Amino acid sequence: MREYFDLELANLNNRLIGMGTLVEKAIKDAVEMITNGNEELLKAAREQEEVINSSENKIQNQCIRLLLHQAPVAADLRYVSSALKMITDLERIGDQAIDIAEMTQYIRNRSSVVNMTHIQEMAEQAAKMVTLAIDAFVKKDIDLAQTVSRSDDVIDGLFDKVKNETVELIHSNKELGCEAIDLMMIAKYLERIGDHAVNIAEWVAFSITGSREF
Amino acid sequence: MDKFTIDKMNLYYGKFHALKDVTLHMPENKITAFIGPSGCGKSTLLKSLNRMNDLVEGCKITGDIRLDGEDIYGNMDVNVLRKRVGMVFQKANPFPMSVYDNIAFGPRTHGIKSKRELDRIVEESLRDAAIWDELKDRLKKSALGLSGGQQQRLCIARALAVKPEVLLMDEATSALDPISTGKIEELCLKLKDDYTIIMVTHNMQQALRVSDNTAFFLLGEMVEYNTTDAVFSSPKDKRTEEYITGRFG
Repeated sequence: MREYFDLELANLNNRLIGMGTLVEKAIKDAVEMITNGNEELLKAAREQEEVINSSENKIQNQCIRLLLHQAPVAADLRYVSSALKMITDLERIGDQAIDIAEMTQYIRNRSSVVNMTHIQEMAEQAAKMVTLAIDAFVKKDIDLAQTVSRSDDVIDGLFDKVKNETVELIHSNKELGCEAIDLMMIAKYLERIGDHAVNIAEWVAFSITGSREF
Repeated sequence: MDKFTIDKMNLYYGKFHALKDVTLHMPENKITAFIGPSGCGKSTLLKSLNRMNDLVEGCKITGDIRLDGEDIYGNMDVNVLRKRVGMVFQKANPFPMSVYDNIAFGPRTHGIKSKRELDRIVEESLRDAAIWDELKDRLKKSALGLSGGQQQRLCIARALAVKPEVLLMDEATSALDPISTGKIEELCLKLKDDYTIIMVTHNMQQALRVSDNTAFFLLGEMVEYNTTDAVFSSPKDKRTEEYITGRFG
């Protein structure tokens, strides 16, 4: 019975890595949209979102089945419950990556004067955090998870810069109000992606040690 | 407050060292579960708590076991100890007599003769064991005609009739169906307001559902003792982790 359970856990692990890879791709596509405005990517990203949602459903069903059939305890319980929590964060990151891509396209189509430099930095930082969080999960590396948690301050700092720039943008050109709001929302989504990455890192820590604190 | 304290206890069956340097303090009005593979010493330890091992030839115990601070292997009268520390076994063992006489047996042994008093004790004990409603019309019937689950709850009622302070349960539900098991588990949760319960169980889900604290034993050694939540969510010792996750045992 333990052998069967171990196989199921290995399968769950592979599915989580798969979902993590999809989400990493979604956020990298969003970064690419911000940097180069590649419209083809938006279509691909929308398709990707469905695959991410379907992946979340499959993993969720598998976790519930394992909780029901195996009544896991100790590290097994921590792993399955962490998986259940992490997929919610991963799915949210996927959704936000799409929203960012769509709003970026809107801004790029309407105006070329909006400065995206700090948004780009935020996006790169958010992508890095997500990649690190997924790496921490794959390698079961608590130090890596802690690095994600610490780097949240960087993205929060960039968020404040974008906020100030948005205020300036509205002051300087009232016609760009819509773009300014979208810019702020993109920044907020990126900041939230950072928070989701920290959540994932904390669940990695819980899975390893039983505590979400580092 | 600790009800039972065990310090540096060793138990030998002849040359066999069955319990090794066990130190364990069990709090009052809590349920403590002993878990571990067969032969790990958990039942042996349970039996030591009301000196059931006294009759085993070659059994030698060293160290200290105290009930409310009093050494149970010192000057304590073993009959007084067994009145204070009741026991329920794996297999229900009703006496071949009526339901009423099963419950009244202990109090009568301790000198209670008044019918009114015995009636009160029988009703109260059966109510405490959550079986009064099922048996109130069958008090004069033989206890041997009851179902397995009813017999086991009758045995719990019989143990409660002498007003013990501690109830020892040695795999008390392992021979019962899930409904009877559920009733006894609920009963344990109710009884812990008034009693201290120490149970040996092979059913880890039962330990999880019912107990406050869990001690894991292996090869006569107490490997880990902590709150049940801690033992089953984040065990400190690798051997505990391997046992409860089914990797050995």
